[in-house]
Amino acid sequence: MSSSKHEDLFTLKVGLAEMLKGGVIMDVTNAEQAKIAEDAGACAVMALERIPSDIRRDGGVARMSDPAMIQAIKETVSIPVMAKCRIGHIAEAQILQALEVDFIDESEVLTPADELNHIYKQDFKVPFVCGATDLGEALRRIGEGAAMIRTKGEAGSGNIVEAVRHMRALRDEIAHLTTLGKEQLMRVAKDMGAPYELVCYVAEHGELPVPNFSAGGIATPADAALVRQLGAQSVFVGSGIFMSEDPAARAQAVVKATTHFDDPAVLLDVSTGLRSAMKGLEIAEIPDNERLAVRGW
Amino acid sequence: MTDHIGVLALQGAYQKHVKCLDALGAESRLVTRSDELPACSALIIPGGESTTMSLLMQEYSLFEPLKAFAETRPVMAICAGMILMADEIDDARVRPLGIIPYRALRNVYGSQLNSFTADIELCFDEEAYRAHFIRAPRFDQLSDDATIVATKDKDAVMVSYGRHLALSFHPELSDDARIHEYWLQQIIN
Repeated sequence: MSSSKHEDLFTLKVGLAEMLKGGVIMDVTNAEQAKIAEDAGACAVMALERIPSDIRRDGGVARMSDPAMIQAIKETVSIPVMAKCRIGHIAEAQILQALEVDFIDESEVLTPADELNHIYKQDFKVPFVCGATDLGEALRRIGEGAAMIRTKGEAGSGNIVEAVRHMRALRDEIAHLTTLGKEQLMRVAKDMGAPYELVCYVAEHGELPVPNFSAGGIATPADAALVRQLGAQSVFVGSGIFMSEDPAARAQAVVKATTHFDDPAVLLDVSTGLRSAMKGLEIAEIPDNERLAVRGW
Repeated sequence: MTDHIGVLALQGAYQKHVKCLDALGAESRLVTRSDELPACSALIIPGGESTTMSLLMQEYSLFEPLKAFAETRPVMAICAGMILMADEIDDARVRPLGIIPYRALRNVYGSQLNSFTADIELCFDEEAYRAHFIRAPRFDQLSDDATIVATKDKDAVMVSYGRHLALSFHPELSDDARIHEYWLQQIIN
């Protein structure tokens, strides 16, 4: 592929991520939920057989969803449809691309297929989103071709604390990079284990070269507003909507809170009278070997 | 009234437009509420998801104020914005603002795999423009009162109507500033 063709392709991939900014991407497990999400104003849906809190409860190996289920969702909604493959599972990604999903999430929510290598995403025409817990991890994924980064949080926990930790880590590291001299950036790239060119980009621009969304533990409109105020450009809501008592109302409230994240009057309005949120987990109660955020590197 | 160009910030690529306007020395402000419209001399409705924007417009009482705004002031609308600007849409999930007389066809090219980059012809400049089309809509039943400003293989991809502009591609994703420049010239004159 010529370099200008390659640039055009990357612009199209990142371009779709740009179009999702300021919006909410909702996990859905069937066409009916997908319709509820679209009607509530979701800017995209993530099609998966089991939402993270169910994966957590059921245990076992979590894999790519049945293409028939993803296809049914594609036929129901007009907004972009995303789907997850396992970390490093090149063949699952090829299947999802052949199915023509709009975005692939190489996700720690599923059981990793390769403990050493992530997918080389530049080879794909469909854009990828990948999780990250800090700047080094984000830049490694972008180096492999990710067109969007989402901070991981702790999926299926209904607890915002890890999402906040990861957003703050990313934000602080980016801010720190902008204060450094050019002679310091190679050392930072070495320490961080991140591509030098991308470290230089962040130091110069004070932001990632691709959109940066937040995920993992968002359960209320206020949670969505919080991560937006910390710099997340959009939010992924997994278990938080369809594990709550009134998914349609909560979905719409989270959409409104994501747009009006800095307007407390709107946040008050949309937070009032919602039925119960998902129960949620104390992070310390999750055994180390069941933590999802540590999957991938 | 001030000279600010409003950028509708309900959802989508609004920050990219702010950067484009900054680079051209035009002052801008984000708009999420109707009481922010009077401070704007013009408005950009960016790309994003038209279903999401349509819902938020109606929930936060922006629908009628936007229609009223467009009666006296210019609007540039991109992709999802171009869908909203139409007087008819091939999909009942999105409510048209009815600002320019055409029918918008949503997602005619298919999924993201069919998003593409193409050289398009501009009526105001001889040099072709490299345009990015992302899950793009198309113009249909375009009124003779509207003017085709750019074409791809003879197909309209940008139209003007009075001082309004509607585009099915994304000038904010390009380093080539000619589209924003053209609109700014049109609305100043």
